Amino acid sequence: MSNIIKSRGDGKTQCASDGKRTFLKLSSAALAALAVSGTAIDALASGENAFLSIPIAPQTGAVDLGSGDTGILNYAYALEQLEAAFYTQAVGSPYGNMSAQERQVLTDLRDHEIVHREFLKTALGAGAIPGLTPNFGKIKFNNRKSVLETARTFEDLGVAAYNGAGKLLTNPEFLLLAGKIVSVEARHAAAIRDLLKPRSNNFSPKAFDQAFDPATVLKAAAPFIATPITANNLPRS
Amino acid sequence: MTDKTILGGLDPELVTRLTTRREAIFKAGKLGVAPASAPIALGALSATTFGQGSPLPAQIVDTLNFALTLEFLEDEFYRTAINSRNLIPNTTRNVFRQISNHEAAHVKFLQGALGTAATAKPTFDFTAGGAFADVFSNYQTFLAVSQAFEDTGVRAYKGQAGNLISNNDVLTAALSIHSVEARHASEVRRIRGEKGWITGESRGTLPAPTQAVYDGEDNTTQGGANLAGLAGVPASAITEAFDEPLTKDEVLAIARLFIRA
Repeated sequence: MSNIIKSRGDGKTQCASDGKRTFLKLSSAALAALAVSGTAIDALASGENAFLSIPIAPQTGAVDLGSGDTGILNYAYALEQLEAAFYTQAVGSPYGNMSAQERQVLTDLRDHEIVHREFLKTALGAGAIPGLTPNFGKIKFNNRKSVLETARTFEDLGVAAYNGAGKLLTNPEFLLLAGKIVSVEARHAAAIRDLLKPRSNNFSPKAFDQAFDPATVLKAAAPFIATPITANNLPRS
Repeated sequence: MTDKTILGGLDPELVTRLTTRREAIFKAGKLGVAPASAPIALGALSATTFGQGSPLPAQIVDTLNFALTLEFLEDEFYRTAINSRNLIPNTTRNVFRQISNHEAAHVKFLQGALGTAATAKPTFDFTAGGAFADVFSNYQTFLAVSQAFEDTGVRAYKGQAGNLISNNDVLTAALSIHSVEARHASEVRRIRGEKGWITGESRGTLPAPTQAVYDGEDNTTQGGANLAGLAGVPASAITEAFDEPLTKDEVLAIARLFIRA
Protein backbone atom coordinates (compact mmCIF):
# COMPACT_ATOMS: atom_id res chain seq x y z
CA MET A 1 0.00 0.00 0.00
CA SER A 2 2.66 2.48 1.00
CA ASN A 3 4.48 2.12 -2.29
CA ILE A 4 1.51 3.02 -4.30
CA ILE A 5 0.61 6.02 -2.25
CA LYS A 6 4.19 7.17 -2.17
CA SER A 7 4.58 6.91 -5.90
CA ARG A 8 1.33 8.72 -6.41
CA GLY A 9 2.51 11.57 -4.32
CA ASP A 10 6.00 11.88 -5.70
CA GLY A 11 4.98 14.48 -8.21
CA LYS A 12 6.52 12.67 -11.17
CA THR A 13 3.23 12.01 -12.84
CA GLN A 14 1.57 15.33 -12.27
CA CYS A 15 -1.30 14.97 -14.64
CA ALA A 16 -4.13 16.41 -12.67
CA SER A 17 -6.53 16.75 -15.49
CA ASP A 18 -10.15 16.22 -14.68
CA GLY A 19 -9.94 12.71 -16.05
CA LYS A 20 -7.08 11.79 -13.79
CA ARG A 21 -8.72 13.21 -10.71
CA THR A 22 -11.86 11.27 -11.42
CA PHE A 23 -9.84 8.14 -11.91
CA LEU A 24 -8.00 8.57 -8.63
CA LYS A 25 -11.23 9.11 -6.79
CA LEU A 26 -12.79 6.04 -8.32
CA SER A 27 -9.86 3.85 -7.55
CA SER A 28 -9.51 4.72 -3.90
CA ALA A 29 -12.16 2.28 -2.74
CA ALA A 30 -10.57 -0.60 -4.57
CA LEU A 31 -7.16 0.32 -3.34
CA ALA A 32 -8.32 0.41 0.24
CA ALA A 33 -8.93 -3.31 0.03
CA LEU A 34 -5.42 -4.12 -1.10
CA ALA A 35 -2.26 -4.71 0.80
CA VAL A 36 0.86 -4.31 -1.26
CA SER A 37 4.33 -5.47 -0.42
CA GLY A 38 5.81 -7.42 -3.26
CA THR A 39 8.61 -7.06 -5.72
CA ALA A 40 6.65 -6.71 -8.94
CA ILE A 41 4.72 -3.74 -7.73
CA ASP A 42 7.78 -2.34 -6.01
CA ALA A 43 9.56 -2.37 -9.34
CA LEU A 44 6.80 -0.37 -10.91
CA ALA A 45 6.38 1.96 -8.00
CA SER A 46 10.02 2.89 -7.74
CA GLY A 47 12.30 2.42 -10.72
CA GLU A 48 9.86 2.26 -13.55
CA ASN A 49 7.79 5.22 -12.60
CA ALA A 50 10.69 7.57 -12.72
CA PHE A 51 10.70 7.17 -16.47
CA LEU A 52 7.01 7.37 -17.09
CA SER A 53 5.72 9.69 -19.66
CA ILE A 54 2.83 11.84 -18.56
CA PRO A 55 -0.27 9.72 -19.08
CA ILE A 56 -2.34 12.52 -20.57
CA ALA A 57 -0.95 14.55 -23.42
CA PRO A 58 -2.32 18.03 -22.76
CA GLN A 59 -2.45 19.07 -26.40
CA THR A 60 -4.67 16.36 -27.73
CA GLY A 61 -6.40 14.94 -24.70
CA ALA A 62 -5.14 11.55 -25.80
CA VAL A 63 -4.08 9.00 -23.23
CA ASP A 64 -0.54 7.78 -23.81
CA LEU A 65 0.20 4.28 -22.61
CA GLY A 66 3.81 5.11 -21.77
CA SER A 67 6.95 3.10 -22.30
CA GLY A 68 8.72 -0.04 -21.16
CA ASP A 69 7.01 -2.64 -19.00
CA THR A 70 4.77 0.08 -17.60
CA GLY A 71 3.53 0.84 -21.10
CA ILE A 72 2.74 -2.81 -21.73
CA LEU A 73 0.89 -3.12 -18.43
CA ASN A 74 -1.07 0.04 -19.28
CA TYR A 75 -1.89 -1.53 -22.62
CA ALA A 76 -3.25 -4.57 -20.77
CA TYR A 77 -5.04 -2.28 -18.33
CA ALA A 78 -6.76 -0.50 -21.21
CA LEU A 79 -8.01 -3.81 -22.62
CA GLU A 80 -9.19 -5.03 -19.22
CA GLN A 81 -11.08 -1.76 -18.70
CA LEU A 82 -12.80 -2.32 -22.00
CA GLU A 83 -13.75 -5.91 -21.20
CA ALA A 84 -14.96 -5.11 -17.69
CA ALA A 85 -17.14 -2.27 -18.95
CA PHE A 86 -18.58 -4.46 -21.68
CA TYR A 87 -19.55 -7.35 -19.41
CA THR A 88 -20.88 -4.98 -16.76
CA GLN A 89 -23.30 -3.61 -19.32
CA ALA A 90 -24.06 -7.03 -20.80
CA VAL A 91 -25.01 -8.41 -17.39
CA GLY A 92 -26.68 -5.19 -16.23
CA SER A 93 -29.01 -5.00 -19.22
CA PRO A 94 -29.31 -8.63 -20.31
CA TYR A 95 -30.69 -9.63 -23.67
CA GLY A 96 -34.03 -11.41 -23.67
CA ASN A 97 -34.09 -15.12 -22.95
CA MET A 98 -30.55 -15.12 -21.57
CA SER A 99 -30.17 -18.66 -20.29
CA ALA A 100 -29.04 -19.34 -16.74
CA GLN A 101 -25.83 -20.80 -18.10
CA GLU A 102 -25.14 -17.77 -20.26
CA ARG A 103 -25.85 -15.44 -17.36
CA GLN A 104 -23.44 -17.42 -15.19
CA VAL A 105 -20.68 -17.29 -17.78
CA LEU A 106 -21.12 -13.58 -18.52
CA THR A 107 -21.28 -12.75 -14.80
CA ASP A 108 -18.10 -14.70 -14.09
CA LEU A 109 -16.35 -13.01 -16.99
CA ARG A 110 -17.44 -9.61 -15.71
CA ASP A 111 -16.04 -10.39 -12.27
CA HIS A 112 -12.77 -11.78 -13.64
CA GLU A 113 -12.21 -8.75 -15.84
CA ILE A 114 -12.91 -6.45 -12.91
CA VAL A 115 -10.29 -8.33 -10.90
CA HIS A 116 -7.80 -7.99 -13.77
CA ARG A 117 -8.58 -4.30 -14.14
CA GLU A 118 -8.24 -3.55 -10.46
CA PHE A 119 -5.08 -5.62 -10.17
CA LEU A 120 -3.40 -3.79 -13.05
CA LYS A 121 -4.52 -0.42 -11.72
CA THR A 122 -2.98 -1.29 -8.38
CA ALA A 123 0.21 -2.62 -9.92
CA LEU A 124 0.64 0.47 -12.05
CA GLY A 125 -0.04 2.87 -9.19
CA ALA A 126 0.70 6.42 -10.22
CA GLY A 127 1.78 5.16 -13.63
CA ALA A 128 -1.70 3.98 -14.51
CA ILE A 129 -3.56 5.59 -17.33
CA PRO A 130 -6.90 7.09 -16.32
CA GLY A 131 -10.23 5.39 -16.71
CA LEU A 132 -11.13 5.16 -20.39
CA THR A 133 -14.55 5.93 -21.79
CA PRO A 134 -15.90 3.04 -23.84
CA ASN A 135 -17.90 3.40 -27.01
CA PHE A 136 -20.34 0.53 -27.26
CA GLY A 137 -22.66 2.26 -29.71
CA LYS A 138 -22.40 -0.54 -32.24
CA ILE A 139 -23.22 -3.30 -29.76
CA LYS A 140 -26.84 -4.38 -29.47
CA PHE A 141 -27.02 -5.33 -25.82
CA ASN A 142 -30.58 -6.59 -26.30
CA ASN A 143 -29.38 -9.10 -28.89
CA ARG A 144 -27.77 -12.41 -27.90
CA LYS A 145 -25.74 -12.76 -31.08
CA SER A 146 -24.36 -9.24 -30.88
CA VAL A 147 -23.34 -9.64 -27.24
CA LEU A 148 -21.76 -13.07 -27.60
CA GLU A 149 -19.98 -12.22 -30.83
CA THR A 150 -18.58 -9.06 -29.28
CA ALA A 151 -17.49 -11.11 -26.28
CA ARG A 152 -15.75 -13.55 -28.62
CA THR A 153 -13.99 -10.67 -30.35
CA PHE A 154 -12.80 -9.20 -27.06
CA GLU A 155 -11.63 -12.50 -25.61
CA ASP A 156 -9.78 -13.62 -28.73
CA LEU A 157 -8.26 -10.17 -28.99
CA GLY A 158 -7.20 -10.30 -25.35
CA VAL A 159 -5.53 -13.67 -25.86
CA ALA A 160 -3.69 -12.46 -28.95
CA ALA A 161 -2.70 -9.25 -27.17
CA TYR A 162 -1.17 -10.98 -24.14
CA ASN A 163 0.49 -13.60 -26.33
CA GLY A 164 2.06 -10.87 -28.43
CA ALA A 165 3.03 -8.76 -25.45
CA GLY A 166 5.00 -11.49 -23.70
CA LYS A 167 8.16 -10.84 -25.66
CA LEU A 168 7.85 -7.09 -25.05
CA LEU A 169 8.10 -7.46 -21.28
CA THR A 170 11.53 -7.39 -19.68
CA ASN A 171 10.68 -8.27 -16.08
CA PRO A 172 10.12 -12.05 -15.78
CA GLU A 173 7.67 -11.47 -12.96
CA PHE A 174 5.44 -9.38 -15.22
CA LEU A 175 5.72 -12.07 -17.87
CA LEU A 176 4.45 -14.61 -15.35
CA LEU A 177 1.61 -12.31 -14.31
CA ALA A 178 0.61 -11.84 -17.93
CA GLY A 179 0.69 -15.62 -18.29
CA LYS A 180 -1.58 -16.02 -15.28
CA ILE A 181 -4.12 -13.72 -16.92
CA VAL A 182 -3.90 -14.83 -20.55
CA SER A 183 -4.86 -18.43 -19.87
CA VAL A 184 -7.97 -17.23 -18.08
CA GLU A 185 -8.80 -15.06 -21.10
CA ALA A 186 -8.36 -18.16 -23.25
CA ARG A 187 -10.70 -20.11 -20.98
CA HIS A 188 -13.21 -17.30 -21.47
CA ALA A 189 -12.77 -17.32 -25.23
CA ALA A 190 -13.44 -21.05 -25.39
CA ALA A 191 -16.55 -20.77 -23.21
CA ILE A 192 -18.02 -17.93 -25.27
CA ARG A 193 -17.21 -19.73 -28.50
CA ASP A 194 -18.86 -22.86 -27.13
CA LEU A 195 -22.00 -20.88 -26.31
CA LEU A 196 -22.07 -19.71 -29.93
CA LYS A 197 -21.42 -23.13 -31.46
CA PRO A 198 -21.83 -25.76 -28.75
CA ARG A 199 -19.56 -28.82 -28.70
CA SER A 200 -18.04 -28.08 -32.07
CA ASN A 201 -14.43 -27.36 -32.97
CA ASN A 202 -15.21 -23.66 -32.56
CA PHE A 203 -13.85 -23.33 -29.00
CA SER A 204 -10.27 -23.46 -30.22
CA PRO A 205 -10.07 -22.92 -33.94
CA LYS A 206 -6.32 -23.25 -34.28
CA ALA A 207 -3.51 -25.30 -32.80
CA PHE A 208 -1.56 -22.10 -32.10
CA ASP A 209 -3.30 -18.99 -30.87
CA GLN A 210 -2.59 -15.66 -32.48
CA ALA A 211 0.03 -13.31 -31.09
CA PHE A 212 -0.67 -9.72 -32.14
CA ASP A 213 1.49 -6.67 -31.66
CA PRO A 214 0.00 -3.72 -29.77
CA ALA A 215 -0.62 -1.67 -32.92
CA THR A 216 -2.79 -4.43 -34.38
CA VAL A 217 -4.71 -4.90 -31.16
CA LEU A 218 -5.27 -1.21 -30.53
CA LYS A 219 -6.55 -0.75 -34.06
CA ALA A 220 -9.07 -3.52 -33.50
CA ALA A 221 -10.08 -2.12 -30.12
CA ALA A 222 -10.25 1.51 -31.20
CA PRO A 223 -13.89 1.43 -32.40
CA PHE A 224 -14.91 0.44 -28.87
CA ILE A 225 -12.96 3.12 -27.00
CA ALA A 226 -14.04 6.77 -27.10
CA THR A 227 -10.92 8.06 -25.37
CA PRO A 228 -8.09 8.61 -27.86
CA ILE A 229 -5.06 6.45 -27.04
CA THR A 230 -1.50 6.89 -28.21
CA ALA A 231 1.01 4.07 -28.00
CA ASN A 232 4.05 5.47 -29.76
CA ASN A 233 6.36 4.80 -26.85
CA LEU A 234 5.58 1.14 -26.34
CA PRO A 235 8.47 -1.27 -26.83
CA ARG A 236 8.56 -2.85 -30.26
CA SER A 237 10.69 -5.88 -29.65
CA MET B 1 -2.49 -32.63 -43.86
CA THR B 2 -0.06 -29.98 -44.98
CA ASP B 3 2.38 -28.26 -42.69
CA LYS B 4 0.57 -25.05 -43.36
CA THR B 5 -2.59 -26.52 -41.96
CA ILE B 6 -0.98 -28.19 -39.03
CA LEU B 7 0.70 -24.99 -37.95
CA GLY B 8 -2.36 -22.90 -38.65
CA GLY B 9 -2.60 -19.89 -36.41
CA LEU B 10 1.06 -19.47 -35.70
CA ASP B 11 2.59 -16.52 -37.46
CA PRO B 12 4.10 -18.06 -40.60
CA GLU B 13 7.17 -15.90 -40.29
CA LEU B 14 7.70 -17.14 -36.79
CA VAL B 15 7.36 -20.74 -37.89
CA THR B 16 9.86 -20.10 -40.62
CA ARG B 17 12.30 -18.57 -38.23
CA LEU B 18 11.94 -21.38 -35.73
CA THR B 19 12.03 -24.32 -38.01
CA THR B 20 13.76 -23.46 -41.23
CA ARG B 21 16.45 -20.90 -40.56
CA ARG B 22 18.74 -21.63 -37.74
CA GLU B 23 20.46 -18.28 -38.06
CA ALA B 24 17.36 -16.59 -36.73
CA ILE B 25 17.53 -18.70 -33.61
CA PHE B 26 21.15 -17.76 -33.14
CA LYS B 27 20.25 -14.14 -33.53
CA ALA B 28 17.24 -14.21 -31.28
CA GLY B 29 19.23 -16.10 -28.69
CA LYS B 30 22.03 -13.55 -28.95
CA LEU B 31 24.57 -16.32 -28.96
CA GLY B 32 26.84 -14.81 -31.52
CA VAL B 33 27.41 -18.22 -33.08
CA ALA B 34 27.91 -18.49 -36.81
CA PRO B 35 24.62 -19.25 -38.49
CA ALA B 36 23.85 -22.35 -40.46
CA SER B 37 23.32 -21.59 -44.06
CA ALA B 38 20.85 -23.88 -45.78
CA PRO B 39 17.15 -23.32 -45.20
CA ILE B 40 15.37 -26.53 -44.32
CA ALA B 41 11.70 -27.02 -45.05
CA LEU B 42 9.69 -28.00 -42.02
CA GLY B 43 8.41 -31.15 -43.69
CA ALA B 44 11.95 -32.23 -44.35
CA LEU B 45 13.14 -31.70 -40.82
CA SER B 46 14.90 -34.66 -39.41
CA ALA B 47 17.16 -35.39 -36.55
CA THR B 48 20.16 -35.54 -38.82
CA THR B 49 19.64 -32.28 -40.63
CA PHE B 50 18.47 -29.94 -37.93
CA GLY B 51 20.26 -30.75 -34.75
CA GLN B 52 23.79 -30.33 -36.01
CA GLY B 53 25.65 -27.83 -33.92
CA SER B 54 22.90 -27.79 -31.30
CA PRO B 55 21.75 -24.24 -32.01
CA LEU B 56 19.46 -23.72 -29.04
CA PRO B 57 20.82 -22.93 -25.58
CA ALA B 58 20.60 -25.81 -23.12
CA GLN B 59 17.97 -24.10 -20.99
CA ILE B 60 15.64 -23.71 -23.97
CA VAL B 61 16.29 -27.26 -25.19
CA ASP B 62 15.48 -28.60 -21.72
CA THR B 63 12.33 -26.54 -21.52
CA LEU B 64 11.10 -27.50 -24.97
CA ASN B 65 11.82 -31.16 -24.28
CA PHE B 66 9.82 -30.90 -21.10
CA ALA B 67 6.96 -29.45 -23.17
CA LEU B 68 7.43 -32.15 -25.79
CA THR B 69 7.09 -34.88 -23.17
CA LEU B 70 3.76 -33.42 -22.07
CA GLU B 71 2.59 -33.06 -25.66
CA PHE B 72 3.56 -36.69 -26.36
CA LEU B 73 1.42 -37.65 -23.39
CA GLU B 74 -1.59 -35.67 -24.58
CA ASP B 75 -1.17 -36.65 -28.21
CA GLU B 76 -1.12 -40.38 -27.53
CA PHE B 77 -3.91 -40.04 -24.99
CA TYR B 78 -6.36 -38.42 -27.41
CA ARG B 79 -5.27 -40.53 -30.35
CA THR B 80 -5.96 -43.67 -28.34
CA ALA B 81 -9.27 -42.32 -27.09
CA ILE B 82 -10.51 -41.43 -30.55
CA ASN B 83 -9.65 -44.90 -31.77
CA SER B 84 -11.34 -46.57 -28.82
CA ARG B 85 -14.72 -47.90 -29.83
CA ASN B 86 -17.77 -46.59 -28.04
CA LEU B 87 -15.78 -44.25 -25.83
CA ILE B 88 -16.46 -40.74 -27.12
CA PRO B 89 -20.09 -40.02 -28.01
CA ASN B 90 -20.94 -38.29 -31.26
CA THR B 91 -22.01 -35.19 -29.33
CA THR B 92 -18.43 -34.33 -28.37
CA ARG B 93 -16.49 -36.16 -31.03
CA ASN B 94 -15.62 -32.98 -32.92
CA VAL B 95 -14.28 -31.43 -29.75
CA PHE B 96 -11.86 -34.27 -29.06
CA ARG B 97 -10.87 -34.60 -32.68
CA GLN B 98 -9.91 -30.95 -32.59
CA ILE B 99 -7.94 -31.34 -29.38
CA SER B 100 -6.20 -34.40 -30.78
CA ASN B 101 -5.23 -32.54 -33.94
CA HIS B 102 -3.84 -29.70 -31.85
CA GLU B 103 -1.71 -31.94 -29.67
CA ALA B 104 -0.35 -33.65 -32.78
CA ALA B 105 0.54 -30.25 -34.21
CA HIS B 106 2.26 -29.25 -30.98
CA VAL B 107 4.34 -32.43 -31.01
CA LYS B 108 5.34 -31.90 -34.60
CA PHE B 109 6.22 -28.27 -34.02
CA LEU B 110 8.35 -28.97 -30.94
CA GLN B 111 10.13 -31.84 -32.65
CA GLY B 112 10.86 -29.57 -35.58
CA ALA B 113 12.24 -26.82 -33.38
CA LEU B 114 14.39 -29.24 -31.38
CA GLY B 115 15.71 -31.33 -34.25
CA THR B 116 18.10 -34.02 -33.03
CA ALA B 117 17.89 -32.63 -29.54
CA ALA B 118 14.25 -33.75 -29.31
CA THR B 119 13.60 -36.23 -26.55
CA ALA B 120 12.16 -39.66 -27.34
CA LYS B 121 8.54 -40.47 -26.68
CA PRO B 122 8.09 -42.25 -23.36
CA THR B 123 5.91 -45.32 -22.91
CA PHE B 124 2.70 -44.27 -21.24
CA ASP B 125 0.29 -45.91 -18.87
CA PHE B 126 -2.89 -43.87 -19.00
CA THR B 127 -4.47 -45.97 -16.28
CA ALA B 128 -1.86 -44.55 -13.88
CA GLY B 129 -1.09 -47.98 -12.48
CA GLY B 130 -4.75 -48.88 -12.35
CA ALA B 131 -6.14 -45.72 -10.73
CA PHE B 132 -7.97 -44.97 -14.00
CA ALA B 133 -8.32 -48.57 -15.17
CA ASP B 134 -11.26 -47.86 -17.47
CA VAL B 135 -9.88 -44.66 -18.98
CA PHE B 136 -10.48 -45.85 -22.55
CA SER B 137 -13.76 -47.63 -21.94
CA ASN B 138 -15.56 -45.28 -19.56
CA TYR B 139 -16.30 -41.82 -20.98
CA GLN B 140 -16.44 -40.16 -17.58
CA THR B 141 -13.02 -41.53 -16.61
CA PHE B 142 -11.64 -40.38 -19.94
CA LEU B 143 -13.07 -36.89 -19.38
CA ALA B 144 -11.61 -36.73 -15.89
CA VAL B 145 -8.11 -37.62 -17.06
CA SER B 146 -8.48 -35.24 -19.99
CA GLN B 147 -9.33 -32.36 -17.70
CA ALA B 148 -6.42 -33.17 -15.43
CA PHE B 149 -4.01 -33.24 -18.39
CA GLU B 150 -5.27 -29.95 -19.83
CA ASP B 151 -5.26 -28.05 -16.56
CA THR B 152 -1.77 -29.43 -15.87
CA GLY B 153 -0.62 -28.41 -19.33
CA VAL B 154 -1.69 -24.83 -18.76
CA ARG B 155 0.20 -24.66 -15.48
CA ALA B 156 3.25 -26.36 -16.98
CA TYR B 157 3.69 -23.95 -19.89
CA LYS B 158 3.02 -21.00 -17.62
CA GLY B 159 5.75 -22.10 -15.26
CA GLN B 160 8.31 -22.25 -18.07
CA ALA B 161 7.70 -18.88 -19.72
CA GLY B 162 10.50 -17.26 -17.75
CA ASN B 163 12.97 -19.87 -19.01
CA LEU B 164 12.25 -18.83 -22.59
CA ILE B 165 12.51 -15.09 -22.11
CA SER B 166 15.89 -14.94 -23.87
CA ASN B 167 14.39 -16.04 -27.19
CA ASN B 168 11.41 -14.05 -28.43
CA ASP B 169 10.41 -16.54 -31.10
CA VAL B 170 10.42 -19.55 -28.83
CA LEU B 171 8.64 -17.61 -26.08
CA THR B 172 5.88 -16.46 -28.42
CA ALA B 173 5.39 -19.95 -29.81
CA ALA B 174 5.14 -21.37 -26.30
CA LEU B 175 2.61 -18.70 -25.33
CA SER B 176 0.58 -19.54 -28.44
CA ILE B 177 0.44 -23.16 -27.30
CA HIS B 178 -0.20 -22.23 -23.66
CA SER B 179 -3.42 -20.39 -24.41
CA VAL B 180 -4.64 -23.20 -26.66
CA GLU B 181 -4.19 -25.64 -23.79
CA ALA B 182 -6.29 -23.26 -21.71
CA ARG B 183 -9.03 -23.30 -24.35
CA HIS B 184 -8.94 -27.10 -24.26
CA ALA B 185 -9.13 -27.09 -20.48
CA SER B 186 -12.11 -24.77 -20.46
CA GLU B 187 -14.00 -26.87 -23.00
CA VAL B 188 -13.35 -30.18 -21.27
CA ARG B 189 -14.25 -28.73 -17.88
CA ARG B 190 -17.53 -27.41 -19.24
CA ILE B 191 -18.34 -30.72 -20.91
CA ARG B 192 -17.89 -32.25 -17.45
CA GLY B 193 -20.32 -29.73 -16.01
CA GLU B 194 -17.64 -27.66 -14.28
CA LYS B 195 -16.92 -24.00 -14.85
CA GLY B 196 -14.30 -23.39 -17.50
CA TRP B 197 -12.06 -21.79 -14.85
CA ILE B 198 -10.58 -23.01 -11.60
CA THR B 199 -12.09 -21.84 -8.31
CA GLY B 200 -9.70 -21.85 -5.39
CA GLU B 201 -7.74 -25.08 -5.45
CA SER B 202 -10.83 -27.15 -6.00
CA ARG B 203 -10.57 -30.25 -8.15
CA GLY B 204 -14.36 -30.19 -8.36
CA THR B 205 -15.71 -33.63 -9.09
CA LEU B 206 -12.36 -35.09 -10.08
CA PRO B 207 -11.04 -37.98 -7.97
CA ALA B 208 -8.56 -37.39 -5.16
CA PRO B 209 -5.43 -38.52 -7.06
CA THR B 210 -5.75 -35.39 -9.22
CA GLN B 211 -5.51 -32.91 -6.36
CA ALA B 212 -1.87 -32.07 -7.16
CA VAL B 213 -3.13 -30.57 -10.42
CA TYR B 214 -4.96 -27.89 -8.44
CA ASP B 215 -2.80 -27.32 -5.38
CA GLY B 216 -1.81 -23.67 -5.11
CA GLU B 217 -4.54 -22.37 -7.41
CA ASP B 218 -6.05 -20.67 -4.37
CA ASN B 219 -3.33 -18.01 -4.38
CA THR B 220 -4.72 -14.49 -3.97
CA THR B 221 -1.45 -12.53 -3.93
CA GLN B 222 -0.44 -11.29 -7.36
CA GLY B 223 2.71 -9.31 -7.95
CA GLY B 224 2.85 -8.59 -4.22
CA ALA B 225 -0.72 -7.32 -3.99
CA ASN B 226 -3.09 -9.37 -1.86
CA LEU B 227 -6.34 -9.13 -3.79
CA ALA B 228 -8.42 -10.94 -1.18
CA GLY B 229 -11.35 -8.80 -0.18
CA LEU B 230 -11.39 -6.76 -3.36
CA ALA B 231 -14.64 -4.85 -3.33
CA GLY B 232 -17.39 -5.51 -5.82
CA VAL B 233 -16.61 -9.11 -6.76
CA PRO B 234 -17.20 -12.45 -5.03
CA ALA B 235 -14.19 -14.10 -3.39
CA SER B 236 -14.32 -16.89 -5.98
CA ALA B 237 -13.51 -14.42 -8.77
CA ILE B 238 -10.15 -13.53 -7.21
CA THR B 239 -8.72 -17.01 -7.67
CA GLU B 240 -10.60 -17.78 -10.87
CA ALA B 241 -9.14 -14.69 -12.53
CA PHE B 242 -5.56 -15.96 -12.28
CA ASP B 243 -4.18 -19.35 -13.28
CA GLU B 244 -1.13 -20.37 -11.28
CA PRO B 245 2.09 -21.95 -12.58
CA LEU B 246 3.60 -25.27 -11.58
CA THR B 247 7.31 -25.95 -11.45
CA LYS B 248 8.85 -28.54 -13.72
CA ASP B 249 9.25 -30.92 -10.78
CA GLU B 250 5.63 -30.47 -9.74
CA VAL B 251 4.46 -31.21 -13.26
CA LEU B 252 6.73 -34.22 -13.63
CA ALA B 253 5.45 -35.62 -10.35
CA ILE B 254 1.98 -35.59 -11.91
CA ALA B 255 3.09 -36.79 -15.34
CA ARG B 256 5.15 -39.66 -13.92
CA LEU B 257 1.96 -41.33 -12.74
CA PHE B 258 1.26 -41.88 -16.43
CA ILE B 259 4.76 -42.72 -17.64
CA ARG B 260 5.90 -46.32 -17.59
CA ALA B 261 9.34 -45.78 -19.04
